[in-house]
Amino acid sequence: MSRKLSAAIVGPGNIGTDLMYKLLRSDVIEPRWMIGVDPASPGLARAESEGLIATAEGVDWLLKQDELPDFIFEATSAYVHRAYAPRYAEAGIKAVDLTPAAVGPACIPAVNGNEHAGAENVNMITCGGQATIPMVAAVSRATPVSYAEIVASVASLSAGPGTRQNIDEFTQTTSAGVVNIGGAAQGKAIIILNPAEPPMIMRDTIFCAVGAEVDREAITASVHAMVAAVQDYVPGYRLLQEPQFDDPSDATRGATKVSIFIEVEGAGDFLPPYSGNLDIMTAAATRAGEGMARKVLGA
Amino acid sequence: MSISGGNVSGAGELNALTRTWRDTDPTSDLDIRLTDTCLRDGSHHKRHQFTSDEVRAIVGALDDAGVPVIEVTHGDGLGGSSFNYGFSKTPEQELIKIAAETAKNAKIAFLMLPGLGTKDDILMAQDNGGSICRIATHCTEADVSEQHFKLARERGLETVGFLMMSHTQPPEVLAKQARIMVDAGCQCVYVVDSAGALILEGVSDRVAAVVAEIGHEATVGFHGHENLDLGAGNTVMAVRAGATQIDGSVRRFGAGAGNTPLDCFVGIADKLGWKTGVDFLKIIDASEDVIRPAMPEECRLDRMTMMMGYAGVYSSFLKHAGNAADRYGVSGARILAEAGKRKLIGGQEDQLIDIALMLKREAELGA
Repeated sequence: MSRKLSAAIVGPGNIGTDLMYKLLRSDVIEPRWMIGVDPASPGLARAESEGLIATAEGVDWLLKQDELPDFIFEATSAYVHRAYAPRYAEAGIKAVDLTPAAVGPACIPAVNGNEHAGAENVNMITCGGQATIPMVAAVSRATPVSYAEIVASVASLSAGPGTRQNIDEFTQTTSAGVVNIGGAAQGKAIIILNPAEPPMIMRDTIFCAVGAEVDREAITASVHAMVAAVQDYVPGYRLLQEPQFDDPSDATRGATKVSIFIEVEGAGDFLPPYSGNLDIMTAAATRAGEGMARKVLGA
Repeated sequence: MSISGGNVSGAGELNALTRTWRDTDPTSDLDIRLTDTCLRDGSHHKRHQFTSDEVRAIVGALDDAGVPVIEVTHGDGLGGSSFNYGFSKTPEQELIKIAAETAKNAKIAFLMLPGLGTKDDILMAQDNGGSICRIATHCTEADVSEQHFKLARERGLETVGFLMMSHTQPPEVLAKQARIMVDAGCQCVYVVDSAGALILEGVSDRVAAVVAEIGHEATVGFHGHENLDLGAGNTVMAVRAGATQIDGSVRRFGAGAGNTPLDCFVGIADKLGWKTGVDFLKIIDASEDVIRPAMPEECRLDRMTMMMGYAGVYSSFLKHAGNAADRYGVSGARILAEAGKRKLIGGQEDQLIDIALMLKREAELGA
């Protein structure tokens, strides 16, 4: 394939920089601009050294240029994305939103990536959602899930001020995704920030309540298939144990409890490998953007 | 009623307090303000199976004995009812409401952990009669609590911050984290020995550092556990170092080997001449006649609970480690030792299952 669509990354922080390295490898998207607001940002300097046009003049500068990007990857904040999303749309620029703004439909590439390939704006939910919702969806594909609960444990160092100041939004957005995309009737999300040294690799546990007489082998097979689908864009996504089944009891409120244990090791493109929570966001955003690009290119 | 005759002979000067609860609340005549947490930390020991009747009876007895603050919530705080921490038999909000209706004088406190509970849960607990909002974070992660303290203060709730697993950090780190909470609106920061791993000066050094940092703006508290059998002794050290709010559970009814025995600590405080406002005879009667019947068993020092203090493991892991050990046929004490090695923190109960599976695999390979 020769033709690539162009992209601007808005937000030259850790996420934006890691995303840049992933997009530089893409065969359908070419990152051309890195947009920031602080001239001293090391992310802008790094982008420039990789051949991108880097500016600290903000999105307003970008939108005044003669040539506009086909895509904007938003790695700023929900506040900024909500403010600018209408202007991107007006200018005909598709947006992949890595903030919790949720302007566009939520996208988990391994679960519903194709559904939103034609969308103008997609939202990547949360890191915990990207890691766990595929497992809820895998169980849901095999049998109805009456309740799903996810526990995401991440290294303190990989949780930035955005997550910390908005921790309620993390749990609420993720649990909504567990229901809307994962397919559970009810959802709950829990996040833990662990300061252990050396930093812990992201771990996620997914509990699903299913019927008393389920086909356990079918659930296990569906989980393995989904793990492989996620590994296609997040190589460090691993099942730590075979899915565990607990028989119905009072402690499980009469359901069969399925427990799934996941580890997410980052690719180390820019961020350290323990921060699998950030890697899975940039990897999923890249995959989502590529799906949208292929649709445009007719590839 | 006081039957101790006041100070222990010779101890008067040693036990004179430089900071008292009176300094914070001029309408109070207490030296130390006590909070009983049978109905919150005890929820772990009870596997979150409290009934409405038990809550009514316990709150009634504690209130009658003069306990000024009673904490009622799922053991893991608001929203804790879950696969990971155990489902509640009775919804916690219902229990908070019953507690608030039952208490004549005591204030009802509730706990919340950011990342698990949310602001909506806090508002509901306030609607149900809770008036003290206690927000707990791991002791290096205080900044996750800022939005919750802000909301609580805006709504007129009294606020308390918990720095959990305080044994893992030196005094100066705790002081900085306490500063973050106070700047966000927290009125009292607790040094929380979640693992029951602190030993005497380990407590007083930490409390003193927090007092030095925030003492002119907020009060300081201490929450102890019994895993190394030091709950009451550690609490005396905390008070001497300037803590004026103290947690405990009557009869130790709490997580791990239990909490600082509140009934016993009332007796100690009487003998040291520290006014708590709690009637010793009434509280020991409550312990025997009301608390004990609600307990599935006594909270004990045993292999598992001592390992928690020794390895520095979050006290509420006890029952979950026991469940995983039974389910997979491995040693519960080894699960806890590995939890300490992995530096797990409060909330990571899910990882105990992963550890049990690892131990089982090791045993199979070794067999």
